[in-house]
Amino acid sequence: MAKVVKNTPSEERLEVLKTYKIYVGGQFPRTESGRYYLATNKKNEKLANVCQCSRKDFRDAVGAARGAFGGWAGRAAMNRGQILYRIAEMLEGRKAQFVEELMKQNSTETKAVEEVNLAIDRLIYYSGWCDKFQQMASTVNPVASSHFNFSAPEPTGVVSIIAPQENALIGLVSVVAACIAGGNTCIVLASSSMPLCAVTFGEVLNSSDVPGGVVNILTGSVAELAPFFADHMDVNAVLYCDKDAAVKKMIREKSALNLKRAYMYDKTDWFTDDAQSPYFILDLQETKTTWHPIENIGGAKAGY
Amino acid sequence: MAKEKDNTLRLKFDSSRNLAPAPESRSAAKIDSKYDLFINGKFEKPDSKKYFDTINPADEEKLSEVAEANEADVDKAVKAARNAYDKTWKKMPAKERAKYIYRIARMMQEKARELAIIETLDAGKPIRESRDFDIPMAANHFFYYAGWADKLEYAFPNRKANSLGVAGQIIPWNFPLLMAAWKIAPALATGNTVVLKASETTPLTAMKLAEIIQEADLPPGVVNILTGAGATGAAIVNHPDVNKIAFTGSTEVGKIIQRAIAGTDKKATLELGGKAANIIFEDAPLDQAVEGVINGIFFNQGHVCCAGSRLFVQESVFDEVIRKIKDRLESLIVGNPLDKNTDIGAINSRAQLDTIHKYIKIGINEGGEMFESSCALPSKGFYCRPTIFTNVSQSSRISQEEIFGPVLAIQSFRTDDEVIEKANNTPYGLSAGVWTDKGSKIFNLTTKLRAGVVWANTFNKFDPTSPFGGYKESGFGREGGLHGLSPYLNLGSY
Repeated sequence: MAKVVKNTPSEERLEVLKTYKIYVGGQFPRTESGRYYLATNKKNEKLANVCQCSRKDFRDAVGAARGAFGGWAGRAAMNRGQILYRIAEMLEGRKAQFVEELMKQNSTETKAVEEVNLAIDRLIYYSGWCDKFQQMASTVNPVASSHFNFSAPEPTGVVSIIAPQENALIGLVSVVAACIAGGNTCIVLASSSMPLCAVTFGEVLNSSDVPGGVVNILTGSVAELAPFFADHMDVNAVLYCDKDAAVKKMIREKSALNLKRAYMYDKTDWFTDDAQSPYFILDLQETKTTWHPIENIGGAKAGY
Repeated sequence: MAKEKDNTLRLKFDSSRNLAPAPESRSAAKIDSKYDLFINGKFEKPDSKKYFDTINPADEEKLSEVAEANEADVDKAVKAARNAYDKTWKKMPAKERAKYIYRIARMMQEKARELAIIETLDAGKPIRESRDFDIPMAANHFFYYAGWADKLEYAFPNRKANSLGVAGQIIPWNFPLLMAAWKIAPALATGNTVVLKASETTPLTAMKLAEIIQEADLPPGVVNILTGAGATGAAIVNHPDVNKIAFTGSTEVGKIIQRAIAGTDKKATLELGGKAANIIFEDAPLDQAVEGVINGIFFNQGHVCCAGSRLFVQESVFDEVIRKIKDRLESLIVGNPLDKNTDIGAINSRAQLDTIHKYIKIGINEGGEMFESSCALPSKGFYCRPTIFTNVSQSSRISQEEIFGPVLAIQSFRTDDEVIEKANNTPYGLSAGVWTDKGSKIFNLTTKLRAGVVWANTFNKFDPTSPFGGYKESGFGREGGLHGLSPYLNLGSY
């Protein structure tokens, strides 16, 4: 069980407070806008001055994600699996910090520990899928003409994600893991009210051999940023993980601009086993079908 | 330097090659003077009381008239489909459902000749294509999906396959019966009921299919077939009791549909436009490649969303390939679609012919070098000579926008990376073609081209077992194969 370190500044030593920045292209910049908002918990305690990201931050993040896409999608699937496993290892090592942050963000100790453990396990789960879902989703198609024909999944591309607002860590880890396990890159907007562990998760990613730009984490207001997540022309898919019907409608409407694949994960309980499956990976995959003729000249048949 | 001697044999295209006409007989097909709407197993007069003509684009003669479905008609059809779903289709054992679909496939095969003739009359496509491609492929599609009906639990591991309900389906005019089959067959196999709208310029084979469905004794309301234009389609998309929209057509309309259903739980499959790159490397078997290019762009008069409308030729073989294409262009027979010798039939409608002419003008104005076949065109009907453009740039509108006609935009390239970049530099991503003798190069290209279907050393091949559909703005969802089932299912956990 993780030991939770209490914030009790001693007389001799002043505590060093952490600046919560964003994670874009493998760097930890502040928002270009210079804006911040004060995140507080239910007891109205100050959590941090958090970056209130702008449209420009989002666009920079899309640039970073697009730049990283070819390399990430082109990696060996097993290598992606190892990197996801590495993320889990790093998270395991920093469990105490996440438990502490979750508790600051209204969680109880038991619940916080459960959430962090589950996040680690979910990363392991998706690590394993990295080089397996392709076989599950691929087919060799028995066409009638003399052709060899097969279909296999390929990553959709750059994905913008509005993470679950309530389950700040497990929600975000679940959607990001499924997204990058399939070879996509993403820009994810953390829970506005509970942004601490999302930012810290960026530090975990940064020390896990995940190439810069594969996952970009922003903080800020959903109302302000959601329209840009939905209408950016260089984003291929958008995930919305909350319940606001008006935002859902807006996202689906705007996603039509370049025919983004839009998914609403509004009914998923991220603490259950239903929140993990290869079908989440497949939502962000395209099926490519390849044809090639089979020479059919001689009369010889396979046999003895 | 002396010019290198060209030893290639060249075909002569003089009058001695003219073939005697070999027309298919119209009398083998029965077309009624008027068609009503097919709702709840019966042919019903439209609430709108309106009918519109459908003509033969090959001679502009009227073939028949069909009903224009309005909102009330659509509502009636959706109600029939809902009722059939709740009371019959949903409850029917899957193996029985399968047998109904098999029946449709068999009856289509029995009536294949009639269907082919009507398809050619209504759409303008060469009878050889209707007879050898559209109709058999449509029947095969029903036959393929029929077998899935009672095997769905094997398709998606650890998931329960639940049907959606009523599927609203809107199909285009380029492959009228085949598109109806692509839509209806998987919907029925997965246990959904259907309201389908045929295209306003090519409604006849859909109405013939309605007759087959009636003859097959499918429970009333399981399939309803409507005719009408955009407003009818919009009424289907916007009907609150439709659970699923499947649309094949333009990217522009696809976007309108995605916006229209934004606030609903309707699922959608959109199979939209394309601007496929066909790429010839210097080591390709050039004669085969040229045949593939010709088939890629002139199949069905170029009215194909996956048509190979952009050609990229490696610089070292550019001149040779262009010469071969021009020669081949001259040998294409353009004319009466009912003639079994015809390669290129009539353009589907006057409106489409105008669009094609507009783009040819744009191509010329943008500095493209146009070459067209010197063939004579019939005096009546909508025809367009097969046309190619060289000296086209990546930014030319004819290499960016879908023309949907027999117009090919040709560019050259030097390196693999360059052509991958150029080929992918489009909002579309439906299909692509690669011609080379080198296996490793094929796989480099087929992996990096962002398109849903990639043909290597072949082009424009289709099969019921082979998933078809696009990346990016060419839409989403797949039709054909196992992958074509999931757009009609909710995959629930056990």
